[in-house]
Amino acid sequence: MIRPLLAGVLLLFVLSLLTGPAGLSVPDKFILLQLRLPRAGLAMLVGAGLGLSGAVLQGALRNPLADPGLLGIGGCAALGAVVAFYWGVAAVFAPALPLGGLSGAAVGAIVLLTIAGRGASGPSLILAGIALSAITGALLALALTLAPNPYALAEITFWLMGGLEDRSLLHLILAAPPILLGCALLLRLGRRLDALALGEEVAASLGVPVARTLRLAAVGVALAVGAGTAVAGGIGFVGLVVPNLLRAWMGERPGALLGSSMMAGAALLLAADLVARAAPLVLPLTEEPRLGVLTALIGAPFLVRIARRVAP
Amino acid sequence: MIALEAGAVSLGGRIVLRKVDVRIAAGEVVALCGPNGAGKTTLLRALAGLLSGTPRRDPRRVAYLPQGASCAWGLTVTEVAALGRIPHNDFAVAPVTRALAACGLIGLRSARVDRISGGQARRAMLARAFATEPEVFLLDEPTADLDPAAAHEIMALLRSTAHGEPPRTVVVVMHALDLALRYADRMLVLRDGQLVADARPVDALPAAAAAFGLPYGVEPNPVLLPPR
Repeated sequence: MIRPLLAGVLLLFVLSLLTGPAGLSVPDKFILLQLRLPRAGLAMLVGAGLGLSGAVLQGALRNPLADPGLLGIGGCAALGAVVAFYWGVAAVFAPALPLGGLSGAAVGAIVLLTIAGRGASGPSLILAGIALSAITGALLALALTLAPNPYALAEITFWLMGGLEDRSLLHLILAAPPILLGCALLLRLGRRLDALALGEEVAASLGVPVARTLRLAAVGVALAVGAGTAVAGGIGFVGLVVPNLLRAWMGERPGALLGSSMMAGAALLLAADLVARAAPLVLPLTEEPRLGVLTALIGAPFLVRIARRVAP
Repeated sequence: MIALEAGAVSLGGRIVLRKVDVRIAAGEVVALCGPNGAGKTTLLRALAGLLSGTPRRDPRRVAYLPQGASCAWGLTVTEVAALGRIPHNDFAVAPVTRALAACGLIGLRSARVDRISGGQARRAMLARAFATEPEVFLLDEPTADLDPAAAHEIMALLRSTAHGEPPRTVVVVMHALDLALRYADRMLVLRDGQLVADARPVDALPAAAAAFGLPYGVEPNPVLLPPR
């Protein structure tokens, strides 16, 4: 199952490198390096981070409805980026936007772990995440209402919907290390997540350090999703949908879903980004549809299917 | 063999277990009996080292099965049993197969635990404990939702495991005093967090009867027949 997924990711990656505003073409070196590679690379990395984070959180919280957004780290990254927008730093110094996002995610992760405490359990982590989401949501809304001018308001809203257009190598260089580190951390949790399937008490009796595992999961998700949101804006549904789709094919053992969710997340976001770029070519659109909008449009029907299957 | 010497255990400010000092040898099936809320589960968790202040146990040596254990995902019976190998950090197949065979689950090995009966799922959880190949089994009501035949089968399995070679220690929280009388070597009776009896089941029965406030007794001619 991993191999076909890997092949699919590579195929979509190459396709993404060859797709430009005028359709399929082999670009010259400069365009390939400065425009296509960052875009395709980011789609792959951000998608991989979201898919894997979703699988880990669903396993750790024993709930197929858990989504990386649940921990509120994405919201913190968005808030950090919006602050950079808001003070106009981003207009003067381009890297301020992803850097603001990364700082927001880092602060969010620290706050989350502090609220959840040393003896973190599933419910305490969820509650901490909800509290963090509520705070960042309120502050984001405040930033939007106090936006210095209508242009800034539009710009912020637009960015929040997620997208990968006009990203540079700098974005890729900023986002890749935290995402890769987060994924490496999360991929190691497979066996512990398997044990958690039987509940936190049984996992503890099997020698699994439950609180530590939950904190590691939160740190990994914060790295992968925080960095992803910092460069790509808010992209929903990937983390929620991907593990649920794979469960039907691969069985439900949480540890078995990690690698495949990472691959499928990368494939899904590469595909969604290709659709975003293809849309203005075939539809009477002047702009690419936002990536976050597309993932939600693609993801929601899958959820409806899952809901029908789950129903007794 | 497992031993625990601990002071009072309180949960949420309420003392659940007063001073305990238990020692259970290998080759013994010990039934832990008493009314609801007497502290049976707390004592078992303390033995398992899951309460703060109790000594940590080596998960390869001690297998613990909580009350009403369930699986969050639709794992297969084999996958559930294989979770018992986590403490050993291996993917050995032979002990898992032995555990499935011991618990009578070979025919159901690739069935999903959420699509089999409650009693079968309970046996899958028990197979997980067997797959660990532990020296000590700490089981919280493993026969709770089994039919009488299956309950006798499980208790017979536990007894033969305890008395087997090498001998194992088996501690079972149970409410069925008839099963305890028949299969246990020793009965611990808890009442209001206090150990009120620790003896052969026949001798501990009056204390259990008093704890429940029920007129339990053993007929001179046993009415229980062997399971088969």
